[in-house]
Amino acid sequence: MENEITQVTDKEISKNIIISARNLNVYYGNFRAVKDVNLDVKKNQVLSLIGPSGCGKSTVLRCFNRMNDLILSAEVGGSILYNGINLYSAEVDATEIRSSIGMVFQKPNPFPKSIYDNVAFGLRINGYQGDMDEAVEKSLKQAALWDEVKDRLKDSGLTLSGGQQQRLCIARTLAIEPDIILMDEPCSALDPIATLAIEELIRELITKYTIIIVTHNMQQAARVSDETAFLMVGEDRAGYLVETGDTQQIFTNPKEERTESYITGRFS
Amino acid sequence: MSSNQAQSSLFPENLRKRKRFGQIIYFLLLSCVLIGIVSLLILLVRILFDGIDWLSWHFLTNFPSRHPEIAGMKSAIFGTIWTIALTGSFTVPIGIGAAIYLEEYSPKSWFTQIIEINISNLAGVPSIVYGLLGLALFVQWMSIGRSVLAGALTLALLVLPIVILAAREAIRAVPDSYRQASYALGSTKWQTQKYVVLPSAMPSILTGVILALSRAIGEAAPIIAISALVYLTFIPTNPLSRFTVMPIQIFNWVSRPQDEFRGLAAAGIIILLLILLGMNSFAIYLRNRYQKQSEE
Repeated sequence: MENEITQVTDKEISKNIIISARNLNVYYGNFRAVKDVNLDVKKNQVLSLIGPSGCGKSTVLRCFNRMNDLILSAEVGGSILYNGINLYSAEVDATEIRSSIGMVFQKPNPFPKSIYDNVAFGLRINGYQGDMDEAVEKSLKQAALWDEVKDRLKDSGLTLSGGQQQRLCIARTLAIEPDIILMDEPCSALDPIATLAIEELIRELITKYTIIIVTHNMQQAARVSDETAFLMVGEDRAGYLVETGDTQQIFTNPKEERTESYITGRFS
Repeated sequence: MSSNQAQSSLFPENLRKRKRFGQIIYFLLLSCVLIGIVSLLILLVRILFDGIDWLSWHFLTNFPSRHPEIAGMKSAIFGTIWTIALTGSFTVPIGIGAAIYLEEYSPKSWFTQIIEINISNLAGVPSIVYGLLGLALFVQWMSIGRSVLAGALTLALLVLPIVILAAREAIRAVPDSYRQASYALGSTKWQTQKYVVLPSAMPSILTGVILALSRAIGEAAPIIAISALVYLTFIPTNPLSRFTVMPIQIFNWVSRPQDEFRGLAAAGIIILLLILLGMNSFAIYLRNRYQKQSEE
């Protein structure tokens, strides 16, 4: 078993893989929510996780920065390999992981602080020594929000519109310069125009970052992602991975019939 | 048409009856409110009527005296300020600390559940019991004496459960999404508490603290147990000084046979009520400001 994992890792590094899940299982108490997921994510690409409700896409996503640690009953089996390190081994500190693997949530959740302080939050927490103003400006520019907020940085983040709030949350995540950004249905609370802005932003961000996005919206997966992973719920109610591949291929010529049925809307 | 007729026989005309019943309930509810408000108003008017002539600047700046026309509340007012300041400085950090532990840190076990139930019960223990506890614990066993410090510690114990309950409520009301966002940015548990949870909960916590302290300011029973019914003509100079508080001074005057002292008592009540009103208004102001912030 040990050997197998190491071998796979070596192969992956050559394929430019930044993070991968191996035999990932998640339990909530006695209930198995995710079953044997194996997934590779390539550097500077967008991977989308799609699938019907309850298939465990968000649960899988939350394994990548150990956010499931915060749920008392949750237990994760298997491993997540990031830079050759298993994130679930005993010597890895979850808090440290989260500053290199950031997360954007389903509902925009800026802090009830000023726009400036929202972006500066992660920097201050992690003891940033550089020029704070500069870092805040840079992050807001990267998140395509700077022009809209540059004259009102002191205003509360909660005064912004939903789409702006979500871009503020992205800016907040970018500020601490993570490697990977996890996005959990980032547009589900937004209108189509705000959604489009976020999608364009995602395409711009992958020059520097790797993004894993969970989405309910298949058009969105088709528009923003390079690779797509399709998950389903098994008869034991545990989510499992059906197939993964090039987004183009998944949406036009999936290997599995189940994938095709889902994508063509025969079930949801 | 026939189906309509069938309907009306199944639902005999009872709308008027139902509406009348609703009217009766409305008046019952209204009278419940009026009973409270009217009796409070009568009380206030009587006290104002009795005490207004006795209110003057020297009532605030003179010490109590056997001669009602020169008697004042100076020692009681200063004693109250000392007591409440000390009570606050004990109860606020301990109460908030306990609340953070119970809400955010404590494992969900039978032990913490027992603690939680006990705290709710402690909030209902009569204040004289706390007074006797303070007398035994602080005055005698720790030999602090009948001092401001002993009084303040006793009142701190008395209002601690109220502060803990209010602070827990406030911490629980902080949306979990804030905590998640904070953790996702790589902050530790304490950083999340310090920079996210507490700032959001603080206005509600302060409201609870002020309400708890306004309860403490009006307490006479535990202070009688600690300090006895004293007649002081000096103000506390340090935490170990003897002291008296406003409710005790009022009680003292009420128990005098002469009518003039009853007027003084009424004047004392007016001052005490003004302070309480001020504290409660400040609490309401904080709450409103907080609500406005979270609506933005």
